[in-house]
Amino acid sequence: MSEGKAVIRPEDRLSRAVSGIRPSAIRRFFDLANEMRGQVISLSIGEPDFVTPWPISEQGIYSLEQGRTHYSANTGVIELREAISAYIERRFGLVYSARDEVVVTVGGSEAIDASIRALVNPGDEVLIPEPAFVAYKACAQLAGAVPVPISLSPATDFRLTATELEAAITERTRLLIMAYPNNPTGAVLEDHDLEAIAAVLERHPEVTVVSDELYAELTYRPAVFRSIASYPGMQERTVVIGGFSKAFAMTGWRIGYALGPAAIIAAMNKIHQYVIMCAPTTAQYAAIAALEDAETHIAPMRSEYNRRRRVLLHGLRQLGLPCFEPLGAFYAFPDIRQTGLGSGEFCERLLQEEYVAVIPGGAFGSCGEGFIRISYAAALENIEEALRRIARFLGKPAPDLTRPAVDA
Amino acid sequence: MIENQNASPEQDALRTELLDLLRRELRPDTARLALLLGTPESEVKAELERLEAEGIILGYGATVDETRLNGETVTGLIELRVQPQRDRGFDRIAQRIYRFPQVQSCYLMSGDYDLLITVEGRTLREVAEFVSERIASSESVLSTRTHFILKTYKESGRILFDSDEDQREVMVL
Repeated sequence: MSEGKAVIRPEDRLSRAVSGIRPSAIRRFFDLANEMRGQVISLSIGEPDFVTPWPISEQGIYSLEQGRTHYSANTGVIELREAISAYIERRFGLVYSARDEVVVTVGGSEAIDASIRALVNPGDEVLIPEPAFVAYKACAQLAGAVPVPISLSPATDFRLTATELEAAITERTRLLIMAYPNNPTGAVLEDHDLEAIAAVLERHPEVTVVSDELYAELTYRPAVFRSIASYPGMQERTVVIGGFSKAFAMTGWRIGYALGPAAIIAAMNKIHQYVIMCAPTTAQYAAIAALEDAETHIAPMRSEYNRRRRVLLHGLRQLGLPCFEPLGAFYAFPDIRQTGLGSGEFCERLLQEEYVAVIPGGAFGSCGEGFIRISYAAALENIEEALRRIARFLGKPAPDLTRPAVDA
Repeated sequence: MIENQNASPEQDALRTELLDLLRRELRPDTARLALLLGTPESEVKAELERLEAEGIILGYGATVDETRLNGETVTGLIELRVQPQRDRGFDRIAQRIYRFPQVQSCYLMSGDYDLLITVEGRTLREVAEFVSERIASSESVLSTRTHFILKTYKESGRILFDSDEDQREVMVL
């Protein structure tokens, strides 16, 4: 390097948007957990522990054998878009045209990014009810928007209320991200919650909704899933994001979709065609097989999650950790404030002392502090053993998991 | 599933899930077993654990009469001639076939054909469609011959045809 020339470090070459995304505050905890891989019971994983049902995988393999190894149409093969459209109508009563109101994406993740980018201008405010999946904030920042967290309250089981929403809307608000059933809390919205939210939004027509419904199929009775898009006036201002990862145990296939008004889907497809071209063709054919027999594939997994959910909740209550009943996704979000430990410290010590990995609630937004996310996408024996270890960690007797609770 | 005419959807759902659990979740009552065996319960538990660890007991489940539960089903025996693969022989194609939940059993055979599988379905058509769409379409499958079972006299050592009523008088001194 010649003298006198300024030395520019590689990190100084980065865009402000990327530099502005701060690494997770619990990075150190993740590193520690990964180092202990193999020795820990992990209830920290946000993906199904099931393998993709064989008839779905086999259809993907068959498509390869048939030489379907090329790009597909940008928005996805028409057979898949038709299958998605039919499934969404049959299952959730929403009508979308396979021709121009559906785009098949690389998982729900790409749909989150593309929808935010298609809908915001620099400086626009994006409302993100927290605790929240970490991607929304980052995607909003990358799009130049201003993420505005709505700190939800444990008093309302971390469900977005009309009052909280109304209070957060300003004249710069352009987007509301909704994600129910929720990661990390497992909360679902009831009909009356959604009705009240729709009523607030009716007064603010400039706000568009991105509704991340990846966990819709993992809703447990008595809760019934309803999309915000099914409320009067909402479908034309909502982008619904769905996917195959959670419901069909297809995370590695990277396949999801977005549904919305033709103009918004066309805008998202502009981003999609330049950045991605098309979702993986093999995964698209596998996804068609998934939807052909959707309930047959989903029902056994949903039942299994539900059993684990009941055992976990039952155990947590015996340990005296307050936890509202999570009626969706595969997470519970118990309150650990009584231990006097911060969620990061709680998780780190639980990992080091009892070899159980769970995620500090603070990782999902500041209002998640004092809570932990426990994933029950794990074998029942592991959940039971983890509960015994957490009991020991708390200095409490092991929970009796053989008898139902009195209030069950 | 044959639905009980008078049952609500909730009852049907409960029945389905209950059976699903009972097929694999029947824990033995060790206290009662100890009484019957005249052995301390701790020893019974230890022996059960050994039997499980040695892989002799594979699970605890209710025996369900699937016909009564699901109605009449049809079973096809399908002979497959397949193209063995280099280094892997027949195992890989067999695996691809037996992983389908519709396939109840799968054998490698000596003789005129290679694999014999049994496929269960609700109707002849369902079995035939599964075979033509998911099995015969595979590139490694050279040909298939499907035979439908018309009547089962004996299965897994159990005679299904005779009546097994108690033939004795009600009272014999």
